[in-house]
Amino acid sequence: MRGDTQAPARSFNEKVDEMILQENFISKLVSKNLRMDGRRLDQIREIVIDPKPIEKAEGSALVQLGKTQVIAGVKLDIGAPFSDKPDEGVLMTGAEFSPISSPDFEPGPPRENSIELARVVDRGIRESSTLDMSKLCIEPGEKVWMLFVDINILDNFGNLIDAAALAAATALNRAVFPKYEDGAVIHTEKSKKKVPVKYKPVACTFSKIGDYLLLDANREEEDAASARLTITTRDDGNVVAMQKGGSETLSIADIGSALDLAVLKGKEIRKLIS
Amino acid sequence: MKRNDGRKPEDLRPLEITAGVLQNATGSAMVRMGRTIAVAGVFGPREMFPRRLQEFGRACLKCRYLMAPFSTDERARPGPSRRSKEISMVVRNALEPAIFLEDYPKAAIDVYIDIIQADSGTRTAGINAASVALADAGVPMRGLVAAVAVGKINGKYVVDLAGKEEDESDCDLPVAYLPRDGKISLLQFDGSLPKKDVKELVKLATKACEEIHKLQQEALMKRWMK
Repeated sequence: MRGDTQAPARSFNEKVDEMILQENFISKLVSKNLRMDGRRLDQIREIVIDPKPIEKAEGSALVQLGKTQVIAGVKLDIGAPFSDKPDEGVLMTGAEFSPISSPDFEPGPPRENSIELARVVDRGIRESSTLDMSKLCIEPGEKVWMLFVDINILDNFGNLIDAAALAAATALNRAVFPKYEDGAVIHTEKSKKKVPVKYKPVACTFSKIGDYLLLDANREEEDAASARLTITTRDDGNVVAMQKGGSETLSIADIGSALDLAVLKGKEIRKLIS
Repeated sequence: MKRNDGRKPEDLRPLEITAGVLQNATGSAMVRMGRTIAVAGVFGPREMFPRRLQEFGRACLKCRYLMAPFSTDERARPGPSRRSKEISMVVRNALEPAIFLEDYPKAAIDVYIDIIQADSGTRTAGINAASVALADAGVPMRGLVAAVAVGKINGKYVVDLAGKEEDESDCDLPVAYLPRDGKISLLQFDGSLPKKDVKELVKLATKACEEIHKLQQEALMKRWMK
């Protein structure tokens, strides 16, 4: 929001007052089943996916979730397998919270938030068996495909995990191998062979405000929330990853209703992955 | 059904909790869950440094979970990893709701968890130890936090995954639970299962946590009620 940066300087106390007012406002709204942007509690923001923004990447996707913008790129290279899985390819997921995405992010080594985001997205892909890792093997114990999924946060207006997971799933779904000749990768050319993808994992993140769970929180709602729960499901409805965040608790009933909704909404969102 | 180590599906591993195992720390505890051994030391509440990170109305809870290089079959690389950083964070989130942090403005409470032997369930063993160590340090708490990982092997729900069971199980589902409030403060899931199973497993985990909670209380009684 351009207006934000132009606002006159305020004292620390004024900022704190404003934050408390905003939190109270949000939790009052939520207790009446309302949200500041007019959504229902279980309604996600509009999703727009650009499925191939980066020509040089083997797969890529730019996801807009409301005003949140996240880009994921897939690159492939040849490397050595892990010694305990000599006949499987390697998947590596990283995330960069670029300082352009929010006034709160500063450049530097990955902080716990970006590590968590990358690991939650990684588990969604890995645990769902989305990738057939054995098909990424070239020579057992020697040479395998290494698949790098890198996530770049461009604009943070909340719920980065879901946007990142969606970008990663879309990028993977369309990813192709680079050209591979005489045991070497030709990075400048792509082949027509698609990366073997079986599923489309979708993450749904819930935020707890007061006694209510709401889906796809924006940044202000995230600030007002006490706890967070991400549930990733795949095409057959199975749960493949969960991660609770935030410093407060959840009840067993919260988890039950979040699971029900995550399966339902996951189906809806999955249709957008092409 | 018998498990590799002869346990029944709902059995915990032999669980041993000792409070007050370190002399330098304000509070400490050692937890053995089968072959997994976690040592937790709590320092503080004490002044928070650097000062600019002090919080006005509450203490800052800092957690550091680390695995010793000799704790695993293959030597683990010493120092923090991405995995250990994430676990440090979820452990902090798991413990925070139990502590009256608002009683100590501007202070820091440091919780250090060393995994000296790893055989599955290290984060849950770490939480069990840290929670007892916090109480041992005299930090005011709403209650203890108990934690356990559950899974599903050969169609059976199993409690407290050990060693290779983590690979055999359809999922790894660690839960931390506050038995006094009936609330869940850590929940993670790796694997693939229908939601019905996930719901059952969460309930099963909370039951097992209640058992662990009793042993935590006993350990504290043994140390302090002489």
